[in-house]
Amino acid sequence: MSGARKLVEVKDLKLHFPIHGGLLRRQVGAVKAVDGVSFDIFEGETLGIVGESGCGKSTCGRAVLRLYEATEGSITIDGQDISKLSGEALRKKRPTMQMVFQDPQASLNPRMTVAGIIGEPLDEHTNWDRRKKLERIYELMDAVGLNRDFANRYPHAFSGGQRQRIGIARALALNPKFIVCDEPIAALDVSIQAQVVNLLEDLQQQFGLTYMFISHDLSMVRHIADRVAVMYLGVIVELAPVQALYDNPMHPYTEALLSAVPEPDPSAEVRKDRIVLQGDVPSPSNPPKGCNFCTRCPKVMPICREIPPETQEVAPGHFAACHLIDQQQIAGPTGGTGQEHNQTENQQGEEA
Amino acid sequence: MFTYTLRRLLLAIPTLLFIALAIFLLLELSPGDPMADMPLTIPPEVREQMRLALGLGEAWYIRFYKWLYMFSIVEPSYVLANMTGIESLAVEGQRIISFQTRSPVADIVAQRLPQTLWVVGLSYIFGILVAVPLGVYSAYRQYSWVDQLGAFVSMVGFSLPTFFTGPLLMLVFSIWLGWFPIIYDTTLVVDSLQDFGLQLRQMAMPVFVLTLYNAAQINRFMRAAMLDNFTQDYVRTARAKGMSEKVVVLVHVLRNSMIPVVTVIALGIPTIFTGAIITEQIFRVNGLGQLLIIAIYASDFPMVLTLSMVFAILIVGFNLIADILYAVLDPRIRYD
Repeated sequence: MSGARKLVEVKDLKLHFPIHGGLLRRQVGAVKAVDGVSFDIFEGETLGIVGESGCGKSTCGRAVLRLYEATEGSITIDGQDISKLSGEALRKKRPTMQMVFQDPQASLNPRMTVAGIIGEPLDEHTNWDRRKKLERIYELMDAVGLNRDFANRYPHAFSGGQRQRIGIARALALNPKFIVCDEPIAALDVSIQAQVVNLLEDLQQQFGLTYMFISHDLSMVRHIADRVAVMYLGVIVELAPVQALYDNPMHPYTEALLSAVPEPDPSAEVRKDRIVLQGDVPSPSNPPKGCNFCTRCPKVMPICREIPPETQEVAPGHFAACHLIDQQQIAGPTGGTGQEHNQTENQQGEEA
Repeated sequence: MFTYTLRRLLLAIPTLLFIALAIFLLLELSPGDPMADMPLTIPPEVREQMRLALGLGEAWYIRFYKWLYMFSIVEPSYVLANMTGIESLAVEGQRIISFQTRSPVADIVAQRLPQTLWVVGLSYIFGILVAVPLGVYSAYRQYSWVDQLGAFVSMVGFSLPTFFTGPLLMLVFSIWLGWFPIIYDTTLVVDSLQDFGLQLRQMAMPVFVLTLYNAAQINRFMRAAMLDNFTQDYVRTARAKGMSEKVVVLVHVLRNSMIPVVTVIALGIPTIFTGAIITEQIFRVNGLGQLLIIAIYASDFPMVLTLSMVFAILIVGFNLIADILYAVLDPRIRYD
């Protein structure tokens, strides 16, 4: 991967939604939905983003495409910093970067035909004639496996899977390089999920696409992603190649997440030692002092409640932000905390 | 769609018949005597003959049937003959006669209609022209000063009745400032630029009062519908596609927000014809609303019945038009 070109570079992205209150509606605080996130996506790869509900995955995805205005940080896509682009320049840049949305019903305009939905970007960004546009629409419908006869139907006449295909065809219309898939399979049946994921993979091969794949389905991310970033409360706690992350998680939160993946074998399921996190995710408007995860971490240490951990490269391409790593380095690989840590890792290894 | 429209039109016939009967019976039961205005010196037997001459001697169902025949056959044929200028279209027969003026009701309505259409119709058009763009902008820039101002003006328009704003405007603009005449002069013939200016000046206040009222209502509906749609996911999709804001707002959001607004506008159109009864009274615009009020005072049953029926037909008709427009605006609605 290291030889490939960086298509997307996100540096210290912050997105805070202001909270207004009081008599004069002054800003009294902020929901720190994304609070200092940095990552790169290489050309042709899929970066999976996982995390529980409300951890800022979707917000991060939207902010990367500047569907939300970032509070701070830079986003470079294809060599251009889009966080500073003005409205018109940004609009011109839109064809390069597209998004597949979570809810295939709500994200399609109910009053437009399929051909209208897929073809609208062409009206806006090309000066093709009608025939050429229609040809392109049919081509895209073929690519995502939709019958051409459906071009004049409205979204309500389709099933969820078909609607998601419309959404994907729409995203592909202008030959984008980079697509953010915001939980594209969350609203679909399991049988349809596989179809859509396979379609996304086929299209990636066919058109050399780069994906940012946001999901809370860890097995699906393992299947599709090349690298995975784990988010918790607006920050990336661990980022690693998919194999390394699943086999050898460094962050206690990643361990907990992975242990929650359902086990298909019932006998193994009974034996499985789950790490059950206590309590709820803290409010992103009032994150805890120190490490964001310190309120629920099973391996919490005094230092975690004081100082936020730095992100460091544990192994080549494997980044994690946890004080345990420092402890491990000091105590050596056989040290107390490290051993405990390794045991859990072994468990994960067996399951996989 | 065609069969649906046809079915609705057929269903409208029994509805309207029932409405006609209900109004007729209500008038029949109401106190009041068309002879009440006549001098008391008229001897009772003469009075009785006058009653018979007005057709009041017959049983109610015969009178109802006769009125129905005249209303549905004779009067439309005369109206048609007048409009086309072909005399032979008119069906021979008794016409509906007003008790007050002893002239055909349709002719009086035809005289009154232009005033009402000008004043009330114009205020309705102005209301839409002000309210729709303001509603769109208010929703687009929610909580901006334009939105706040629109909300304030709408609240004023909603909560202040026309019988308050009307006299208030008269006091300020007619009495203190002397810009506009208090009384609307229907006899004014506009044939010179000066008369045209006069006409504009006498229309200004009633039109303004009604525009404020209409705009307040439509503006709130427009804004609410737009806000509903702005938060929808497909709007984000449209922005992600790289559509310009103009396309996002006017094509995606506005079109999807039109249904409630079209309902309000379509259902409000009959009120243009019924006239704004109160406003017409205040400004002495002798339109249809004023005609109806005077007819009720005078127990002019044929006039009241005919006018009420015309209004009922308009309301049923525009309801149907609104329903058909739904299907045009929303492909999910199909009437087959």
